Amino acid sequence: MNAPFRADGHGHVDRDITLSFTFDGTAYTGHRGDTLASALLASGVHHVADSIKYRRPRGILTAGVEEPNALVQIEAPFPEPMLTSTTVELYEGLVARGLSGQGRLSSEPDSARYDTVHAHCDVLVVGAGPAGLAATLTAARSGARVILVDELPLPGGSLLGSQERLDGAPSAAWVSDVVAELDTLPDVRVLRRTTAFGHYDDGLVLALEKRTDHLGAAAPEHVSRQRIWRIRAQQVVFATGAYERPVAFDDNDRPGIMLAGSARTYLNRFGVLPGRRAVVFTTNDSAYPAALELADAGVRIAAVVDAREEVPAHWRAACDERGIDVRAGHVVTGTSGIERVSRAHVAAFGQGRPGERQGIDCDLLLVSGGWNPAVALFSQARGALRYDAAIGAFVPAQALACVRTAGAAGGNFTLAGCLADGADAAARALSALGRTGGPVALPATDPLPDAAPGRVLWRVPSPRDGADGSHQFVDLQRDALVSDVLRATGAGLRSVEHVKRYTTIGTAHDQGRTSGVMTSGIIAEALGVDVADMGTMRLRPPAVPVPFAAFAGRNRGELFDPVRVTSLHPWHVEHGALFEDVGQWKRPWYYPRAGETMDEAVLRECRAARTGVALMDGSTLGKINVQGPDAGVLLDRLYTNMMSTLKVGRVRYGVMCGVDGMAIDDGTVIRVAEQEYLLTTTTGNAARILEWMEEWLQTEWPDLRVHLTSVTEHWATIPLVGPRSRDVLALVAPELDVDNEAFPFMSWRDTPVAGIPARVCRISFSGELAYEVNVPAWDAITVWKALIAAGDSFGITPYGTETMHVLRAEKAYPIIGQDTDGTVTPQDLGMSWVVSKKKPDFVGKRSFAREENQRGDRKQLVGLLPADERTLLPEGAQIIATSDIPAPPVPMLGHVTSSYRSDALQRTFALALVRSGTQRIGETLYVPLDGQTVAVTVTEPVLFDKEGARRDG
Amino acid sequence: MQLIACPWCGQREETEFHYGGQAHIAYPEDPYALDDEQWAQYVFFRDNPKGPFAERWVHSAGCRRWFNALRDTVTHEFLAVYTGATPPSTTSTAPAAPQRKGQEASR
Repeated sequence: MNAPFRADGHGHVDRDITLSFTFDGTAYTGHRGDTLASALLASGVHHVADSIKYRRPRGILTAGVEEPNALVQIEAPFPEPMLTSTTVELYEGLVARGLSGQGRLSSEPDSARYDTVHAHCDVLVVGAGPAGLAATLTAARSGARVILVDELPLPGGSLLGSQERLDGAPSAAWVSDVVAELDTLPDVRVLRRTTAFGHYDDGLVLALEKRTDHLGAAAPEHVSRQRIWRIRAQQVVFATGAYERPVAFDDNDRPGIMLAGSARTYLNRFGVLPGRRAVVFTTNDSAYPAALELADAGVRIAAVVDAREEVPAHWRAACDERGIDVRAGHVVTGTSGIERVSRAHVAAFGQGRPGERQGIDCDLLLVSGGWNPAVALFSQARGALRYDAAIGAFVPAQALACVRTAGAAGGNFTLAGCLADGADAAARALSALGRTGGPVALPATDPLPDAAPGRVLWRVPSPRDGADGSHQFVDLQRDALVSDVLRATGAGLRSVEHVKRYTTIGTAHDQGRTSGVMTSGIIAEALGVDVADMGTMRLRPPAVPVPFAAFAGRNRGELFDPVRVTSLHPWHVEHGALFEDVGQWKRPWYYPRAGETMDEAVLRECRAARTGVALMDGSTLGKINVQGPDAGVLLDRLYTNMMSTLKVGRVRYGVMCGVDGMAIDDGTVIRVAEQEYLLTTTTGNAARILEWMEEWLQTEWPDLRVHLTSVTEHWATIPLVGPRSRDVLALVAPELDVDNEAFPFMSWRDTPVAGIPARVCRISFSGELAYEVNVPAWDAITVWKALIAAGDSFGITPYGTETMHVLRAEKAYPIIGQDTDGTVTPQDLGMSWVVSKKKPDFVGKRSFAREENQRGDRKQLVGLLPADERTLLPEGAQIIATSDIPAPPVPMLGHVTSSYRSDALQRTFALALVRSGTQRIGETLYVPLDGQTVAVTVTEPVLFDKEGARRDG
Repeated sequence: MQLIACPWCGQREETEFHYGGQAHIAYPEDPYALDDEQWAQYVFFRDNPKGPFAERWVHSAGCRRWFNALRDTVTHEFLAVYTGATPPSTTSTAPAAPQRKGQEASR
């Protein structure tokens, strides 16, 4: 007999399908429809794990997502830590073990798929219990677009866990009728196994759908395992139900202690008896139907211990009928047991202090301290809560414009009330949308006597002398005790948020569902204040643990971030380039030959550019086309130098500054026609500069007749560099007069290159004679191959970004964002020549005159030559004045911004921003490196070809 | 995640937008008539009110156009979006127009 605690005639599990599973190394069986917890209970297993701190045996307290204790690690088929056994659906071949609070991440990659769906609807209903179903039906019949999400595999919510009847029949009949009708409506979507976990502004609700977890190894590979639903709803109805809360008493954490409503759920949803002989401890009416249904199913109820002085007559009568001993005005003060509860200690509870205790033998202790409405989702998006003293819990203060609660989530705990409240919430939502829904006939509920008020009881004072609450558990997962709460208040903490952080209560996977409100109550009692003034812990998303893999969805691996490649990318790959990430771009970094190190490759590429001819792929340069009668005016206002005087056919280098006068980008501007310019930006800055220009154009100078368009990807750009570049170009551009006089530096010509219409600019980012061949991206490979072929006899060499950086640094051409950091002016870069003195104003000009920008001790760009010509300074290294590192704080003079090995200089060199740098030329400064300092000589920034003799070839 | 009503595109998710700081800070008519303190007020200083605040936004991942919004900095609620020089007068909570040194010249 594998499942001795299975009750005949109860539950929704499919007893025709038996599933084998392994828990803590022992084989068991259960049925389709079980959770791991219900299958364990059916086999009589209560002890699931030991607690994280005190290693006390722990069992199964609840039947759902609020479970604080029964954590498991799934070992097979999908390794996954930290799952609550009460929410893991059983499947064939499941292997799990109990966890003491900490799981172990899988060391194997997760091969399952995860994805995300965006959905929109008029009304979103969360929860498919009686309130949620009534709300959904009401909204759906109006023709509204409705989404219903529910965490369980079956609809019905709390109806699954009770024997309450609707229209005189088992409630399942009404539930299946409603769902069948919803299935026929085209604008209604019902999502099962889907838990709403986040509620954000403007009706955005995030939910996690577990699509194939319950299939185990049989899950089809092509279906995503889990899916995040991002639902944007006009109106939201949270019919999220309520969580039962326990009462703190001595040794209230033993296996076999369970919430009364959860035991009822195990009987009615799963057909499982959680014990043979039970004591029921309650403060309210709700435990009576649980006790009666369990008694009728064969559990011996040894006693119902009711903290209230008066027990409602009809409940007492029903108990008497079954021979159940009801003890009014009594409490459970403690328990005995080792692996499992064996005895409840019961005492009269007169003047707030328990009397003499009496032991009652049991293997199950059911507890009900009342119910906390599940308000987490409601309050996440600023829904205010208020304390309802009648139920001892926090409820929504009032509906928001597009968010309301229904049923138990709003503190309405009767079945009839939940049904009516659900329909009413939907009607209000429809009315807010300007829709009218006809009234929906709700099913009749069994007549119930009026509910008697419950007693609000957070903890039973310990009968032991001098007891300090150090055996009374508040947060079972965190092993936090009443004494911990009292220590916090004793230390002067007055806020529930502070106590939460001091004790860690409410910070575990269960978000304090069974401990949060109880904590507020205990603090309020300790401080002698009203719980209403104490408030409760702020509830934040995610309400349930969500795997990172689900959040990531398809955005993993190569889909994590878009990869941008140029039209020449396949050639680079084919020729062995290594790539560097620049923003989202893949740029060739260098092209190592067989056996070459990076240093060797870069030195070889540099040598080719300085002594022969070399070419690179510069297509990633940002390119912005500027058109309109006022194009020149706009550029004059945004660049530090004059652009309106540029002649058609010419090119000018320009710098842009912010209004604070700091350089934000540089590049070249070519005048294409009288009313058209094309400017280039730094690769990583293209989008930002376009936005920057648009901002000024739209917000400050809307009168200017200019249009801006990004053309970055339209043009491929190929710099052709080196003393022999003119010879190579002449071979492929036969119609172009390449003579220096006819085609001077900083001019451009439209001419066919390799038969392709091209725009060739004489621009140099290396100081060498150089051209920049621009062709439509589609034709780039033709032109690139033609250049390679034409340059073959000159030893033409492709080079990457590293060589580009060395060549430009030798000439002190700054990279904005590498040699600058947003605090550097053009003057600091030694580029006063790029700042117009003629223009009356441009963005940044006024700031140059600020006292701060005139200081002589600003950091300026200089060159650094390490004393040992082999020493390569790390970029970012600090610069100090002394060879010994003084005691902190060490006065910093600046830092290294660029540092390379130079083939042309036959040594290492660096660029740096140094305080009063231009006045320190010739000085020796020091760079701390590996616990020592390296002597460096400060130089002019330009270290190669200072006179610029090489640019014309 | 909020929805923001772009005046041209309608409601879109906030990730499509970029924030542009306080609205109605015009570039000074004559920056050289301002002393350093007044110029610094224009460059660096902005209001930081608790409550309604006139701001600039740009629908950067949409139509790429700038607009103004009146937003409550406590609740994050957008009280109005507009393209004119002042917040719509229909809004009872319109803030006092920011007046600071260095700005008079621009008005």
